[in-house]
Amino acid sequence: MSNSRNEKNNGKETKLSSGSPFSRRKFLQYAGASAVAATTFGLVSCDSEDTPPVGPEPMPDAVNLGTGDVGVLNYAYALEQLEAAFYIMATDQNSWMSNGDGAIFEEIRDHEIAHRDWFGAVIAQVAGEDARIPGLTPNFESIDFSDRNSVLSTAQLLEDTGVSAYNGAGHLIENTDYLLQAGKIVSVEARHASSIRNLINPGSFYSEIQADTGLDVAVSPANVLSAAGGFIDNEIDASGLPQPADVYL
Amino acid sequence: MNFLDLINELDSKDLSGESKDRFLNRKQALGKLTNFSKKLAVTALPLGAMAAFSNKAQAQSTTELAGVLNFALTLEYLETEYYQTGLDSGVIPDGTALSVYQGINANEQAHVNFLTDVISNVLGEEPVEKPTFDFTADGAFAPFEDYATFLTLSQAFEDTGVRAYKGQAGAVQGNDLVLTRALQIHSVEARHASRVRELRGLQGWISGGPGDQKVPEAAQAVYKGAIPETNTTQVVDVNATLSGDGDVDSGDVAEAWDEPLTMDEVLAIGGLFIVDNN
Repeated sequence: MSNSRNEKNNGKETKLSSGSPFSRRKFLQYAGASAVAATTFGLVSCDSEDTPPVGPEPMPDAVNLGTGDVGVLNYAYALEQLEAAFYIMATDQNSWMSNGDGAIFEEIRDHEIAHRDWFGAVIAQVAGEDARIPGLTPNFESIDFSDRNSVLSTAQLLEDTGVSAYNGAGHLIENTDYLLQAGKIVSVEARHASSIRNLINPGSFYSEIQADTGLDVAVSPANVLSAAGGFIDNEIDASGLPQPADVYL
Repeated sequence: MNFLDLINELDSKDLSGESKDRFLNRKQALGKLTNFSKKLAVTALPLGAMAAFSNKAQAQSTTELAGVLNFALTLEYLETEYYQTGLDSGVIPDGTALSVYQGINANEQAHVNFLTDVISNVLGEEPVEKPTFDFTADGAFAPFEDYATFLTLSQAFEDTGVRAYKGQAGAVQGNDLVLTRALQIHSVEARHASRVRELRGLQGWISGGPGDQKVPEAAQAVYKGAIPETNTTQVVDVNATLSGDGDVDSGDVAEAWDEPLTMDEVLAIGGLFIVDNN
């Protein structure tokens, strides 16, 4: 129900989500767990200050990403927190690993930790500690960390989501230095995505790429957070982010 | 139009406001669209006529945008001709490598078609013609006879492509659509680069310095530049921001951020393989 609430308050998103290659259905197909379905979408609508959130369970205080460039940086920080937490868990609980997985996962873990720590420091430096979102509480109940398939398919989902999120948020950034930073990070996420796909099925690096245009996926923050919200216990208020232009295929 | 002439023209011409009308005359432009550019242009229709230009202070003219996309198109021409020639030559072994390169080639060909279409039908500008390439670099390499060499140059082209697109992000920031589409190509090049590097037994990300990339010295410029791939200063010293989680060292930090190349740096690399701008 929270989905329709978002759509009602954001006509543009309604249209975009219907055609988005990154649908909630596809997400559930990947993650395939009732824990995800039972979790709220993690988004609050624009009028949430006036209307209490209508979710299946009472929400803790929503984490507000803020506005403008700082909002976009917090958005990226949230996703990097999620990725870092996942890889820390997947390298701690490593019974799922077979030949060569560990070396790649430890490398990617360290990259994501560096991204996370850097975003946290930079946001605090440019906007103050109060503007930075807190550490989020990940929820990986839907992942079976003893099953290689479950871990790898989640890694693929998170990396592809990261790529699509940066691609879809680049145009929301005003400051050219921050845009370049996003560009520097997104290509490393794409390298990760390709590497994870190679672990799953060699030669499958391009399955997200649209055949006729050769374009990767770009997804709006609202749709990214809808899809990734199942992995985060906190409710995330993205209503202050700049409104996306109509750039999504 | 000659590619280098076009770059020179960009440097010398006052472009402010120039060609804006042509971009905004979408009714005329849409009449000529193919499927590719419809995907770009149709999404622009619901917006106000100025929306694509007005939201960033440093909005670029269509001529400036076309200059950047023609630069990208030249790289895509290079990659496409390289991969098509490689596939035709039989140098790529059957199996995983062949399927990887068929996939990469299809993407690069699609990029050529997409960029050509956007430049001519959305921006109303003239796409550059395909240059004449010499992938032996005047006899230095034999990529279509030696698979190891084919892989080496492939890695150099893909890692260059990633850095080239990244270096132009600011130059197309004024147009939401062009920026987003460029980002959507940029990450595909990064997926390719990672896959090719792994075919060579390297890590998918750029680990270590120019001498660690298994490329000959002549190709190490791919990893150098004004901001080399070993850079660890991202606004601040990233090493100073680390929490101590994981096992993150300075090498991991360098890997975790890819770096841009300027247009000049890319042209110097590409110039090794371009004999004539037709």
